[in-house]
Amino acid sequence: MESQLPAEFIVNIDHERCRKCKRCVMNCSFSAIEFKDKVTANNRQCVACHRCATFCPENAITITQNPLDYKDGYNWSPEIRKNILKQAESGGMILTGMGNPKPYPIYWDHMLIDACQVTNPSIDPLREPMELRTYLGAKPEFLEFEGDPGNISLKTELAPQVKLDIPIVFAAMSYGAISLNAHKALAMAARRMGTLMNTGEGGLHEDLAGYADRIIVQVASGRFGVTSKYLNNSALVEIKIGQGAKPGIGGHLPGEKVGEDISKTRMIPVGTDALSPAPHHDIYSIEDLSQLIYAIKETTDYKKPVSVKIAAVHNVAAIASGIVRAGADVVMIDGFRGGTGAAPMIIRDHVGIPIELALAAVDDRLRQEGIRNRASILVGGSIRQSADVVKAIALGADACVIGTASLIAMGCRVCQKCYTGNCAWGIATQKPELVRRLNPEVAADRLCNLLTAWGHEIQEVLGSLGINAIESLRGSRERLRGVGLNQEALDILGIKHAGIGQ
Amino acid sequence: MKSDGIPSGCAISGLMSEDGRRINGKKIIESIACMHDRSNGLGGGFAAYGIYPKRKDMYAFHMMYDNARAKEDTEEFFKDHFNVDKDEAIPTHRQNGISDPPILWRYFLEVPENKLEFLSERDYVAKTVMKIHSEIEGSFVASSGMNMGAFKGVGYPEDIGRFFKLEEYSAYIWTAHGRFPTNTPGWWGGAHPFTLLDWSVVHNGEISSYGINKRYLEMFGYKLELRTDTEVIAYMFDLLVRKHKLPVEIAAETLAAAFWKDIDRMEPGKKKIATAIRQVYGSTLLNGPFSIIIGHNRGMIGLNDRIKLRPMTAARKDDMLYMASEESAIREIAPDLDEVWSPRAGTPVFGTLKAGVE
Repeated sequence: MESQLPAEFIVNIDHERCRKCKRCVMNCSFSAIEFKDKVTANNRQCVACHRCATFCPENAITITQNPLDYKDGYNWSPEIRKNILKQAESGGMILTGMGNPKPYPIYWDHMLIDACQVTNPSIDPLREPMELRTYLGAKPEFLEFEGDPGNISLKTELAPQVKLDIPIVFAAMSYGAISLNAHKALAMAARRMGTLMNTGEGGLHEDLAGYADRIIVQVASGRFGVTSKYLNNSALVEIKIGQGAKPGIGGHLPGEKVGEDISKTRMIPVGTDALSPAPHHDIYSIEDLSQLIYAIKETTDYKKPVSVKIAAVHNVAAIASGIVRAGADVVMIDGFRGGTGAAPMIIRDHVGIPIELALAAVDDRLRQEGIRNRASILVGGSIRQSADVVKAIALGADACVIGTASLIAMGCRVCQKCYTGNCAWGIATQKPELVRRLNPEVAADRLCNLLTAWGHEIQEVLGSLGINAIESLRGSRERLRGVGLNQEALDILGIKHAGIGQ
Repeated sequence: MKSDGIPSGCAISGLMSEDGRRINGKKIIESIACMHDRSNGLGGGFAAYGIYPKRKDMYAFHMMYDNARAKEDTEEFFKDHFNVDKDEAIPTHRQNGISDPPILWRYFLEVPENKLEFLSERDYVAKTVMKIHSEIEGSFVASSGMNMGAFKGVGYPEDIGRFFKLEEYSAYIWTAHGRFPTNTPGWWGGAHPFTLLDWSVVHNGEISSYGINKRYLEMFGYKLELRTDTEVIAYMFDLLVRKHKLPVEIAAETLAAAFWKDIDRMEPGKKKIATAIRQVYGSTLLNGPFSIIIGHNRGMIGLNDRIKLRPMTAARKDDMLYMASEESAIREIAPDLDEVWSPRAGTPVFGTLKAGVE
């Protein structure tokens, strides 16, 4: 069937400047540029990944949205019309990648941070210690000591704790969804910055075994690559129940991506589809989850904290409470804007709730039940900037996870075509000629730079708040004010409107 | 809420006889009066320990009432919740500079045994204090401990001291506060010390971590209704020492915890403790400028914030321990001292009643 879909983008080539070096042709992994006497664009294939424009030595390429106008119609937006055309042509669900791009309210952008004036002095982070260190893991309600004054020793044995030098962790992205080079870059950066990367559900490539103390290994419904060695070779083990971009559904890594290495890592035959079922087939209730948590704890000799990752859905607070009571040391909540390598558009764009509200509700609920100490809260989906980290921690998170932001740091342009396997930046692809484009050392440097910059920014904000340790911000909602939010949102977030004093 | 003038911070002073000798209230008034310019007349107060020896096993409730109705309601409440051994007006002196005081009354209370089926006696008393604050309009508990009391109000501290006739009381610990309010309105209940059971706190500074300190305490059932950051300190000590049973030294360390850079260099035993404190008690860290003196029945604790953004001097002479915002306030009442020092940031100073002394 001939497609009636118009091109999304127009590739403009300035032939006056073009030296016909063909670098753009070589770089385009979507076949949007050909060479026919001169560089010629195949606009329909262009995804606006900017690879060609970035590497054109003459700056001869620009990419614009196709200015093709549609008859005005607020209800029948061009996007909706195009989606109908696609489905009329294919008969399939529309597949997409990355996080929800729809203009739902972004609550981060409706919260403002306090600062000190006169009576409580601000602190200069360049002169004074400004501490970001954070420990993930279950904390007891109180400590017990023994011995006499002057010779006191600690009686309480703490559950295992994982140290983070900065309260930002790289999000779960599987080897399969992203390339081995991307995984290597994340692991190297995690080690250098004193934080963690997360294998996602695709197992751990043997090249990364040496980074075990900086790696969260995931156990998802497909159980890919899960062995007792895998579980023990880690900083923390995470049971993945759900993902913000696709709550309630499973995953599918197409067989063409399952080459030799992925086959070994995931422990499935080469070329077979890697299917993650929607639910874990051994978890149909909270008791089942508890059994898996303790099975993992037994396997790891109670030396690794166990995290449970869920998508932010309507009843997230009660679910999180159940998870904590089931024995999890960490609850990871992924908001509805969280990224994905591939998800049906209907799920990504319409299911779940914003992480800001989910986080506030969970932290409140755990405090009401007096069990907030029993688990750390990690949040993601989507943390876009250090300001989001500050606000998340003030709402009650122990630390944040960044997926999309870390990909962007490595070169991703958020073109949302991860599911095609054609990533021109060597990130979301398994094609050797594309993977080779991502130099793990360089990508790790860029990741470290991003975290370093965010770390400085967080310290600057702490200083302006007059506090010198991140734990004095954690859950301190008094330091946030809402702007342009209705009372119900303010109540859920547990913050006052701007203009109200203490 | 901020008054005119240059904010110079509040004044605190404390003195204690570790031998348990009783000292009358004159000295502490002289000491705090020396720092007159650190207050602005919007609040002053004192805590005194050992002042009710005849009823030392009863809870002495110092009450402030806005009106007769509040007094009636509270007395009704006391009858339902306690055995009232005695009640009387707190003696006061018509004093220039003090205007419009609330009704000031004190009660000596015992807890009936049938109330303690599911609660310890002290939990019961702490709960009733919070109940009064949240449920009885116009009624305020200035103090609720045994053999101690808080005397406070709106005015300069030396005027408040004379108003309450403190020269007629003798105590082995006295703490005092002169207030320069910037963050909360000046009202009688809002003057320092803040108390709960026998904990009392006088505080110079502002707690920038108030938000999380408050939420943490709420998790353990504390109700913070006084619109001030100082009350968290009193409740924190109650939680950490009375409920969590932490040694006092450890409790002080949680409030002004060591920096990681120092913890990383500690010897293993100390490091383990300091690390666990920060991991478990991160929400009790008091962040922001403060110097505080905490009183309790067995002693007095002075503490500064981790980077010492508020002044504090300590001194010893024989069995006496002194602490004050300024050395002058100590020299004023004890010119000849054995030892004077400025406690380091985050390093507590302890005064402890000798064993066996009552």
